Amino acid sequence: MSATTAETTPAKPTPPAKRGYLGMLWADKFATFAAIFLIIVVFCALFGPLLLGDAASGQNLRARNAAPFTLERGFLYILGGDALGRPLLPRIVVAAQNTIMVAAGAVAASFLIGATLGLIAGYSRKILSEVIMRLADVIMSFPSLLLAVIVLYILEPSVGNLIIVLAITRIPIYLRTTRAEVLEVRERMFVQAAQVMGASTFRIVFRHILPVILPTLVTIATLDFAFVMLAESALSFLGIGIQPPEITWGLMVSQGRQYLTSAWWLAFWPGLVIILTTMSLNLLSSWMRVALDPTQRWRLEIGGKNA
Amino acid sequence: MPDHLLEVRNLSVRFHTAQGVVNAVNDVSWHVDRGETLAILGESGSGKSVSSSAIMNLIDCPPGEIHSGEIWFDGKDLLTLSEEERRALNGKRIAMIFQDPLSHLNPVYTVGWQIAETVTAHGRPGQMARDRALELVRRVGIPNPEAALKKYPHQFSGGQRQRLMIAMALALKPDILIADEPTTALDVTVQAEVLTLLEELQAETGMGLVLITHDLGVVAESADRVVVMEGGKIVETGTPHEIYHAAKHPYTRKLIAAAPGQGEMRVPDETAEPILSCRNMKKSYGAFDALKGASFDLMAAETLAVVGESGSGKSTLARLILRLEEASGGEALWKGQDLLQMSPREMGKVRRQIQMVFQDPTQSLNPRMSVHDIISEAWVIHRDVLEKRRWRDRVVELLEQVGLEASHAGRYPHQFSGGQRQRIAIARALALEPDLIICDEAVSALDVSIQAQVIELLGRLRDELGIAFMFIAHDLPVVRDFADRVLVMKSGDIVEQGPVRRIFEDPREGYTQRLLAAGLDPDPEVQRQRREARLKLTA
Repeated sequence: MSATTAETTPAKPTPPAKRGYLGMLWADKFATFAAIFLIIVVFCALFGPLLLGDAASGQNLRARNAAPFTLERGFLYILGGDALGRPLLPRIVVAAQNTIMVAAGAVAASFLIGATLGLIAGYSRKILSEVIMRLADVIMSFPSLLLAVIVLYILEPSVGNLIIVLAITRIPIYLRTTRAEVLEVRERMFVQAAQVMGASTFRIVFRHILPVILPTLVTIATLDFAFVMLAESALSFLGIGIQPPEITWGLMVSQGRQYLTSAWWLAFWPGLVIILTTMSLNLLSSWMRVALDPTQRWRLEIGGKNA
Repeated sequence: MPDHLLEVRNLSVRFHTAQGVVNAVNDVSWHVDRGETLAILGESGSGKSVSSSAIMNLIDCPPGEIHSGEIWFDGKDLLTLSEEERRALNGKRIAMIFQDPLSHLNPVYTVGWQIAETVTAHGRPGQMARDRALELVRRVGIPNPEAALKKYPHQFSGGQRQRLMIAMALALKPDILIADEPTTALDVTVQAEVLTLLEELQAETGMGLVLITHDLGVVAESADRVVVMEGGKIVETGTPHEIYHAAKHPYTRKLIAAAPGQGEMRVPDETAEPILSCRNMKKSYGAFDALKGASFDLMAAETLAVVGESGSGKSTLARLILRLEEASGGEALWKGQDLLQMSPREMGKVRRQIQMVFQDPTQSLNPRMSVHDIISEAWVIHRDVLEKRRWRDRVVELLEQVGLEASHAGRYPHQFSGGQRQRIAIARALALEPDLIICDEAVSALDVSIQAQVIELLGRLRDELGIAFMFIAHDLPVVRDFADRVLVMKSGDIVEQGPVRRIFEDPREGYTQRLLAAGLDPDPEVQRQRREARLKLTA
C-alpha cells in the first residue's frame, strides 16, 4: 500500500552494471576471507599428509606439552607440542584430510539422499511418501550416537564406514526440511503455471521447486558440518571412530581435554580450527544465498555499501 | 489554530532506501470536518496511505522521515506530541480499519476478546468492555451476536470480518475513522453493504471519515469531498461531482477515462463453432459441492466472461478444464475429445492449445528465472514448436507484442511493476500459440489505468490472433466492454448466460440484477440512481 514497497515502484530505470560472481564475492569482505580460509583448509587436506606427514608423527619427548609462541624448537612448534611431544601445527594440517573427508563425505551423502527422498516424499502424495516419512521417524527416534556405536561395533571402524554411519543419522534433518518446503512451494502459483504449460514432474521439481528450497538446505548443511565433526570426535573418543595414529581435529580436541588445566593449547588450536571452518562455511553460504537470489543480488552488485 | 477536526498541512515524508531517497508524499495538505467523508483517491504508489500512516504514527523512522509539515488534531500538532500521548489518541480518538481484516485480526483470540481489549487497553473495566463489545457486534449487523463473540476470526466470512474490524474501531467512539481500502478485498454486494454501514454509523456518531481508495465507484458512492493523489502529490481536490464532470488535471481525466464499463458492447458471432463444450461438470470436496453441474459452450475466437462472487465455483471450473484438479463428474469436450478422460500423455499435447493467465503475476512468475527463461520455458517443454536458434528473436517479438521492450528479456520479475508482470505472464501464455487462454481474475490485482491497458491488450490479441478467451472476473463492469457472452455463477451453479448486451440491459435472474445493482459506477449521478435501485431490491 505504501509507496515504499518494491512492487509499486516502476522498474528500475537502469539496472546496475552486472558483476561476475568473483566481483560479488569481493563485495562481501567476510565471505571473501571465508573463501580464502576454506581454500587453505582444502589445500591442507589435499597435500598436508604429503608435505608434513613425517613431522606430524615424529615424537620429541623433550617437547611434551611444549608451550606455544616460542621459536626455540623451530617453527613447527609455534603452536606448541602435544602430550607425546609432537608439534601441533603440522598435526592440525595433516588432520585436515581425515576431518574434511569424514565431514564433507557425511554431509554430502546425507544432503543428497535426504533431499532426494524429501523431494519424493513432498511431491508424491501417495503411500511412498508415507513410507519415507515413517522411515525418517524410525531413524530420528533412535539416538544417533547409539546407532553409530552399534553399527560401528558390527562393522570395521574405518573412514568409509564412519561416513556411512554419520550420513544415515543425519538424513532425517534434510528429509524433513525438504519435504516441508516442497509442500509449501508446490502450492505456489508459478508451479501451477508450469503445470498448465505441460511441464513434466521432473522439470517442475528440479527447475521450479529445488532452486527455491536449495538455499535453506545449504544453510542447514553448513551448520551440520560442525555437528558431524564433533560427532566424529565423540565416536573416536569411544574408540570406534578414527583410531590413532590416524588423527582428526575432533580426536585432537578430545585427546587434549585431560590436559585442559595444564596445557590448554592441546585442545584449543584444533577447536579453533573447527570453529573457523564452520564459521567460514556459514559466511560463504549466506553470501551464496544472496548471490543466487535475483531479488537480493543487487545488494552485492551495488558494491556492498548498503548490504 | 485551525478550525478543522483534523488537518494535515504541507506534509512531506520521505524514505531512505538502497536506491536513494524516495519522496513518498510531497507537500500534502488536506482536512476533514466532523460528519464529513473525505476520500483520498490514488493508484498504488501514489502515496495515498502515507499521510494516514503519519497520523497514526505508523511510519517507521528510519527508514522513513517526516521531512516537514504539521498534523493538527483537536488543537494540537500530533507530530510534536510524545509517543505516550499519541498512543492515548490512537484507537480512542482516531481509529483505523484496513484492507485485509483477516491479517489484522489475531487468529488465536475470540473476536469478543479482541473487541473488548480495545476498550480495556484504554483503561475501562472488563465488564463494561464486554457489554460494549456485544452492543457493537449487534450494531454492525452480525447475526446471533452473543454466540459471535465467542467465535474466532476464521469462522467469519470476509464481509463479516470487515464488520468486526469496524466494530473494533468504533469501540471507543472515535472522532476520526480512517478506512484504508476497506472494501477492496470484498465481493461487490458485500462492498455495498459495508459502505452503507459506514455511512449509517457516521450519521449516528458524527465522526469524520477518511476513506482511502483506488476506486472511483467508492468515491461516487460515499465521499463528500475527494483528494486525488499521484506520485506523492495532490493533483486535484473537489466534490465527487466536480471531479467526475469537470476534472482539470490530466491525471484525473485519465483515471476517469480508464474506469471500466463505458465502451460499446460487443455482439457475439452467431455462426462460430464451439471449440469447448462442457456438460454437467461437477466437483465436490467431501460433502461440499463446489460445482453443481455446469454446462456451456465456448465458441472459437470468442470471449466468454464467467462472473460471480467468491465461492461461486468460477475458479474451480477453470481448474477442472485445465486438469489442475480432477472433476467429480461431467464432460468437457475440446474439439470433440473429452478433456476430463484424457491420459497424461494426451493431455500434454492439448496443454499447448489451452493456456492460463493467473490473478497475481507476482506469484505466477518464478522469481528465480529471467524473463527470457520464463517465456522460452514453453518451448523447452514442447520441443516441436520452435527451433532453439529462433528463441531469442521470438521472445523479443512476444515482448513487443505485449508492449514491453526487447531489453527486458534479461531481467527478473521483481524488476517490473504489477502491470508489466501481467504482460510477461500473457507473453508466456502466447508463446505456445494457444487457441484458448483462460484468464483467472487476470486484471483484478491491477490498478484501474493498468487494468484498462491490459484489457485493451487482450482485446487486440483476440482480434489479431483469433484466440478465444475464458475471462473469469468478480467485477461486472470489467467484462462489459470486453466479453461477447457472459455466464453468471452463484454457489456452484450457472444462474444465467447470454450475450453481453442482454445480461447488462435485461438481466432476468434476481441474482444478476442484484450483482448489477451492487456494482459502483464512477459517475456520482448514475451511482445515486443505482443506490436507490439497490435499496428497492433489498427492501
